[in-house]
Amino acid sequence: MDVLDVARWQFGITTVYHFLMVPLTIGLGILVAVMHTMWVRTDKPEWLRMTRFWGRIYLINFVLGVATGLVQEFQFGLAWSEYSRFVGDVFGSLLALEALLAFFLESTFLGLWIFGWGRIPKKVHLAALWAAVIGSIVSAYFIIAANSWMQHPVGVAVAEDGRPEQVDFFAVLTNNTALAAFSHAIVAALMVAGALLVGVGLWQLRRRKLAGQPTADADHQVWRRSVRLGGWVSLAAFVLVALTGDWQGKLMYQQQPLKMSSAEALCQTEAPASFSILAWNKLGSNECDDVHSITVPGLLSFLAHSDFSSAVPGVNDLQERYAAVYGATYPDDPSFGAKAGEPIDYTPVLAVTYWSFRLMIGTGAVSAAVAAYALWATRRGRVPTSRIGVHGALLAVAAPFVANATGWIFTEMGRQPFVVVPNPDVPVDEQVWFFTAQAVSPGVSAAEVWTSLIALTAVYGALAVVELWLITRFVRRGVTTGDDHPTPGFTPQPPDEVDDGGDAPRRDRDDDVLSFAY
Amino acid sequence: MDLQTLWFAAVAVLWTGFLLLEGFDFGVAALLPVLGRRPADRHLLLRTIGPLWDGNEVWLITAVGAVFAAFPGWYATWLPALYLPFVLVLLGLIIRAVAFEWRHSHHTAAWDTTWTRVITAGSLIAALGIGAALGATTLGLPVDGEGNRVGGAFSGLGWPAALGAVAVLAFSLVHGAIFLSLKTDGPVRVAARRFALRWAPVAALPLLAWAGLVHLRYGTPVTGALWLLAALAVVVAWARIRVGREGQGFAAWGTMLAAAAATIFGAAYPVVVPSTIDPAFDVTVADASVSDYTLTVMTWVAAVGLPVVLAYQAWTYWVFRTRLTAEPVHAEPAGVPA
Ligand code: HDD
Ligand code: HEM
Ligand code: HEM
Repeated sequence: MDVLDVARWQFGITTVYHFLMVPLTIGLGILVAVMHTMWVRTDKPEWLRMTRFWGRIYLINFVLGVATGLVQEFQFGLAWSEYSRFVGDVFGSLLALEALLAFFLESTFLGLWIFGWGRIPKKVHLAALWAAVIGSIVSAYFIIAANSWMQHPVGVAVAEDGRPEQVDFFAVLTNNTALAAFSHAIVAALMVAGALLVGVGLWQLRRRKLAGQPTADADHQVWRRSVRLGGWVSLAAFVLVALTGDWQGKLMYQQQPLKMSSAEALCQTEAPASFSILAWNKLGSNECDDVHSITVPGLLSFLAHSDFSSAVPGVNDLQERYAAVYGATYPDDPSFGAKAGEPIDYTPVLAVTYWSFRLMIGTGAVSAAVAAYALWATRRGRVPTSRIGVHGALLAVAAPFVANATGWIFTEMGRQPFVVVPNPDVPVDEQVWFFTAQAVSPGVSAAEVWTSLIALTAVYGALAVVELWLITRFVRRGVTTGDDHPTPGFTPQPPDEVDDGGDAPRRDRDDDVLSFAY
Repeated sequence: MDLQTLWFAAVAVLWTGFLLLEGFDFGVAALLPVLGRRPADRHLLLRTIGPLWDGNEVWLITAVGAVFAAFPGWYATWLPALYLPFVLVLLGLIIRAVAFEWRHSHHTAAWDTTWTRVITAGSLIAALGIGAALGATTLGLPVDGEGNRVGGAFSGLGWPAALGAVAVLAFSLVHGAIFLSLKTDGPVRVAARRFALRWAPVAALPLLAWAGLVHLRYGTPVTGALWLLAALAVVVAWARIRVGREGQGFAAWGTMLAAAAATIFGAAYPVVVPSTIDPAFDVTVADASVSDYTLTVMTWVAAVGLPVVLAYQAWTYWVFRTRLTAEPVHAEPAGVPA
């Protein structure tokens, strides 16, 4: 593999990994803030225990999000320096604003929340958590605005040196692609958190029932409430995910028609166009005509145009159209590396686009079905004991993670061979575009990128093992977070009792502190 | 002042802020084997930085983000030229971050020791690596006219990088010690103060040498005066710590860093990556910058956003302002006398 391929693998692996933590941080953050709010409003012990139990998982996960996010911030410069030079006028400022307006908010207020139990007034303490959660959401908005600009570059003019020059920052922030992708990603994050609450909650309920533990105490309420909350959130989020996804599909049809047709393995232009359910034959050959599929007539026309009859262009036609405008071969220029002078394949890897799109929707649907089952099985105080049902729900915690990952893989690989896709809304001579083949750092050798790829993958792998072990152990232990004492009804002390120069009284409540470290 | 100069100054301020803040948590982490031999002391050391390290680290992210945002040409020359060293820094920061959280997620002595060591190791790697990168971007990197590195994977690691690495680590160690003497009470406070007194004069030398070199190369009378201020601040810091005024000592030591950083960035301006191959290949602010429009937008956002950030960060420092003392911790024999 040459530098380009290794660098792409590295970016894909590290980013998908980062995006395992991200949706859990966003989704669970929102839900923990809701639980904490409920506790402050109702003073019921189960809400406090829920806040502390799920808050702890939120924090364990958050740290890994921070650690892997750091890599993201440097990656564009390390392996993609030509990309960074090219998009610098637009892209860097969004990243910097994300740090300034979101990451400070997240990290500072989360620190305050973690260490603020009993030190600051109750409502201020709650507000600190909300501030951190809002920080995460703002962060998602800026980074998705940056990503969406690559999918649909707006607000720029072509400068003399051929690079995009920003002329309308507001247009970049209100890019329709960004608004659609942001709302889609936030509700997708809620699906992740919902599934976790459902899976763990059902498992704990069943375990307690089989062990003959009481169903009237606060601990039982903790798990029951978790299942109910998670289940409703999952179902609602799935509806929203479908609606926002439909919005994205329509934009994608206008902005990146090849991505849409590749997702469907639609070779010839069809009117009305049908939606493919299953494809076989040589999807892997990337020769569209070798693919056969079972289809639902007219549905694709609906996804693209909201009616059941309009034409949707096929891959073969689009490939020709793109080659005519953007060139049939890469320029014979050293900046294109090994690709210089080679023919350009404008069709993304069909097998990946086709299956990742279906996996995203399919695993999301699985998750929604599990949520519906959980709500049904716990109706009116019931506790399910079905082994298959409960263990299945626990397994299905993974489903929305898969949906999120495949969603991004589809979005990112579907825009190949471009890293910045030309915006069809503007005349060709005013368009900006950039091929992935030009984007990689010219001065860095394949050996260096291999080294970092192996090192990062190995470390990420090891982190995943420890992380999963810690979370599993923690989940098994349940709400009694102390080693040997059950969680007390914990009432925070007023700040003046604590602010005595030391924090000795806090030590015996070690496990009450949701902490990073001390 | 034109916008490019303003943003060069902003980047310099962000890096200085990062070194001032993360400097003490790097320092405390690096001092764990020295000042935290007893488990209770170790926990005390970690508690002083527990609520703060993540917020401090965002200064690094913002500094890097600002370099990318305002000077993509700098970002795209500097990072690939030091590709593997930067990757090492990232690995250091990763293991450090998870170790902070994981250390106390499981309670056995071996687990605790392991993750404490990881915190120290990660912090050492990060401090050295970031120092090396800053040394190289102010004293010279082997880059050609296209901004690409000449030579092998480690050709960027010459003496400028080594000097920067030592300077940042040495500064951080003493900075961390003064911070501890300010934030703790009891034997740790005494030991930290002793450490700071003994090492401050030595630890300032590499930083002063680095600033002095950049000044001699490109400097102006103003940067010369800043350098003298930095040197003077070392003396003041030492004298104030000696009489037990740790707060003033901390401020003076911080002033030393700020003045030295101002010397370095002020003298280097407008060069952001000096080339050791040929001065004609130096990357300057004008070569590296984004358009005036983008700089204007960022200036407005930063002018509104930055004061707010500074206000709430200052507030959290105030909330956690109390001195901490070591006391017995679970799973450990209580009250071992010092
Ligand atoms: C949809 C949301 C989203 C997406 C697409 C990304 N991130 Fe992320 N990132 C977050 C949402 C997020 C977050 C929710 O805000 C995190 C996750 C956990 C956390 O601590 O904050 C975070 C953490 C995080 C951090 C550490 C922040 C800290 O120390 O507090 C950095 C530097 C980045 N990210 C940078 C990036 C870059 C450069 C990305 C592009 C490839 C990226 N992230 C994709
Ligand atoms: C967090 C979710 C994301 C995931 C899972 C993801 C996934 C991927 C994958 C799989 C690739 C490899 C593409 C290929 O090999 O063809 C890739 C490439 C890339 N992505 Fe993303 N991406 C995400 C977000 C982003 C964001 C937010 C940005 C920019 C702000 C971005 C910028 C890039 C760049 C610059 C490349 C390298 C060029 C390329 O190979 O296409 N990605 N991403
Ligand atoms: C139910 C039907 C769904 C539809 C119609 C749908 C539609 C889409 C489309 C069209 C894209 C690509 C956008 C582009 O490249 O321009 C996308 C991306 C994505 N999808 Fe979905 N999706 C659905 C379900 C889900 C589910 C259940 C999840 C996760 C729980 C999910 C997570 C994502 C993510 C993370 C991305 C990439 C980021 C983004 O563009 O927002 N999607 N989705």
